[in-house]
Amino acid sequence: MCLGVPGKIVSVEGTLATVDFWGVKREVRLDIVDEPVAPGDYIMNHVGFAIRRIPPDQIDETLALYDELLKAMSEDDLMAADVRGEINATEEKKRG
Amino acid sequence: MNAPQGLVNGKIALKHGAGGRAMRELIRDVILKGAAPASFDGVGPDAMDDGAALKVGDQWLVITTDSYVINPPFFPGGDIGRLAISGTVNDLAMMGATEPLALTCALIVEEGFARGDLERVRDSIHSACREARTAIATGDTKVMGNGELDGIVLNTAGVAFTRRVVTDRALKPGDRIVVTGTIGDHGLAVMAHRHELGFENQLRSDVAPLNGLVAAALGAAPEGVVAMKDPTRGGLASALHEMAEKSGVGVVLEEAKIPVRDEVRAASELLGIDPLHAANEGKAVIGVRPEALDAVLAALRAHPLGLSAEVIGTCVAERPGFVILDTGFGRRLVTEPEGELLPRIC
Amino acid sequence: MAEPRADTLRFQDPATARRMADALARAVGEIGRAPVSVMHVCGSHEQAIAKYGLRAVFPRGLNVIMGPGCPVCVTDLPEVDEAVALAGQGVRIFTYGDMLRVPGTVKSLADAQAEGAKIDVVYSVGHAVQLARKSADECVFFASGFETTAVATAAVILASPPANFSVLSAHKYIPPVMEIVAEMPETRVEGFLAAGHAATITGWGIFERFVERHSLPVVVAGFEPLDILAGLLTLVELVRDGRAEVFNAYPRCVTREGNRRAQEVLWKVFKPTGGRWRGIAHVPNGNLRLRDEFASVDARRRFTIDLTKLWDYAPPSLAQSCVCGDIMAGIASPTDCPLFGRECVPDNPVGACMVSTEGTCRIWHQYGGHLNLGEENR
Repeated sequence: MCLGVPGKIVSVEGTLATVDFWGVKREVRLDIVDEPVAPGDYIMNHVGFAIRRIPPDQIDETLALYDELLKAMSEDDLMAADVRGEINATEEKKRG
Repeated sequence: MNAPQGLVNGKIALKHGAGGRAMRELIRDVILKGAAPASFDGVGPDAMDDGAALKVGDQWLVITTDSYVINPPFFPGGDIGRLAISGTVNDLAMMGATEPLALTCALIVEEGFARGDLERVRDSIHSACREARTAIATGDTKVMGNGELDGIVLNTAGVAFTRRVVTDRALKPGDRIVVTGTIGDHGLAVMAHRHELGFENQLRSDVAPLNGLVAAALGAAPEGVVAMKDPTRGGLASALHEMAEKSGVGVVLEEAKIPVRDEVRAASELLGIDPLHAANEGKAVIGVRPEALDAVLAALRAHPLGLSAEVIGTCVAERPGFVILDTGFGRRLVTEPEGELLPRIC
Repeated sequence: MAEPRADTLRFQDPATARRMADALARAVGEIGRAPVSVMHVCGSHEQAIAKYGLRAVFPRGLNVIMGPGCPVCVTDLPEVDEAVALAGQGVRIFTYGDMLRVPGTVKSLADAQAEGAKIDVVYSVGHAVQLARKSADECVFFASGFETTAVATAAVILASPPANFSVLSAHKYIPPVMEIVAEMPETRVEGFLAAGHAATITGWGIFERFVERHSLPVVVAGFEPLDILAGLLTLVELVRDGRAEVFNAYPRCVTREGNRRAQEVLWKVFKPTGGRWRGIAHVPNGNLRLRDEFASVDARRRFTIDLTKLWDYAPPSLAQSCVCGDIMAGIASPTDCPLFGRECVPDNPVGACMVSTEGTCRIWHQYGGHLNLGEENR
């Protein structure tokens, strides 16, 4: 419902920032962003407004969370993975 | 399956000119109704190809015509003049006719249009002709009252001879799909400019005559190039749908292989637009027999307009008429855009 | 610290996505019955699922239902009619692109535009204000979107817009409709995937009472392929373990409290009121309307909007037979609807599910249902 695209702040002038979206730069308004931002900060843009300053460590935290999820699944899944591996190998042979 | 997209309340809508399914149905169901039988051998209007091909002796005379309306008439990377020449030269080239004998150019101008702007359009018409190694043989000029049309309308027609006609319907399972360069440049540039989206100067239209590039591909593998189309309105999505439908094959694309400029990708993400839906005015989609692929690709990449040419997909026997995109995560059907592309917020 | 572009791409790593999909299939299998039905309430989730082709990798036993998450689709006919009527009264209308072709009772804004009304598509409400400053006309911003988008509208209203600028609010508030869906007697939804960007504003804490009341888990998820798969995996695990909890799977944007400053701006300008959502139901507190203090920029109070003229030509309403609400609740298919493919088609939609390009009915109409795309040769 709400198309959001992350970008990196290039410069700030009052409540306006120039944001680099890795390809194009565009002005983004800072009226409603949750925290003060400075050049180099990452933000989430929605309809030309920054709605969140993305703390860089939160990017890593998200990745760590996903690793956790997969680890939790795979630890008790080693047997199943072996079985699946064998099935895949057989299918590969069939196809080959 | 697809219900016919009837005319809303018996009236023509903008989507009927947008290059997608609605337009093809309008042409088939309304415009071609009751036409006299073809008076010639070859590719006629019922083929709904880029142009017609008439057998003349042992050669084909290829002929095409197109009208150009674009708002705004000047945009980053080009203008309506360059567009009108490139579009017609490219339609000839897509039929395999890469040496246009001559073009015609008809001009309809709104009362009050600036003379200086008209001169700019004229200059880019002539420079695009030089690039395509052709010239205007005849033309026509009309002026209409203020408000009776939007600025300027151009119509161009072109004629060329070729020994071999390439249609948009000869794809077979196993054929490879090649694009001659990055996708979406023209559509995103014009859209950003029209809606004042704040990054217009970072995007440029790719409008260019392609006959030299196509000649290189055809020269490298005369029998190996089996189908061509320029993905203009409706973008790569519509061009491939049309080719797949007419050829009776399915097309499976690999998203990672489709060349898209960083700035076009970023703009299309911000605006919620699929680059596959955005128009191109300097690109061709080429169907190539697998054994000719290397030669065609090398020839394209050796040409300045084909540096980022890429193999993006393969034709399959399953699901004729469908275009399937392998995203690397899963697969989805590519849809055809309906009407003008609009920025979205959801 | 790596550049976030690279990180964004890491959220798009196909190999990790495949492992996630495997884990998801296994978690669904462990529940031991099919289908397991979960609902997302976010058009952008559906867009992302479609864009990345994720439906092709969802396990067969998992039914991911598209809920009432497209604010444009659920905008009721009379709200579109108000904008069309204002345009007919000579007012200049600014709108987001999503709204342009959405039909009202008689016509869409695109139809009005074709008849000569002054209608401009904008990407941002900020741009609408800039255009109003340059215009001699009365300018109305037809404001659509959920709370995330409403915050931007509110910010503009607080930043002294020009005197010729006002707002016609069709903004919607998502939490109340989740209540409606959860309370539908036949609902089969076993958990919700909540919208990451709406929750960026409201915070995930807002779902705690919902979870308690309905004993259904809620997972807040982002929009990259890994975000969506991780969100679904967590949700299915919560369903499997019978745990009705809120889980935040989008911590880089969502906190428990949310964006306090944005909330302040939002509730200063808007108040929630009840209203009909197209094809669904009357949703108490589902609409966001301007507070009395902002009457001067409220187009509904600034203008006398004459709808009767428009409705003189209105065809009898078909909406009563539309089963969109049931489709979004996961208890009906498009083919169960008497209007599907007859009175209700993409050109002339009746219900919300046919309006959106990602709507269930639209997709079924275009492709004859969800296709299994795993079978073709490469």
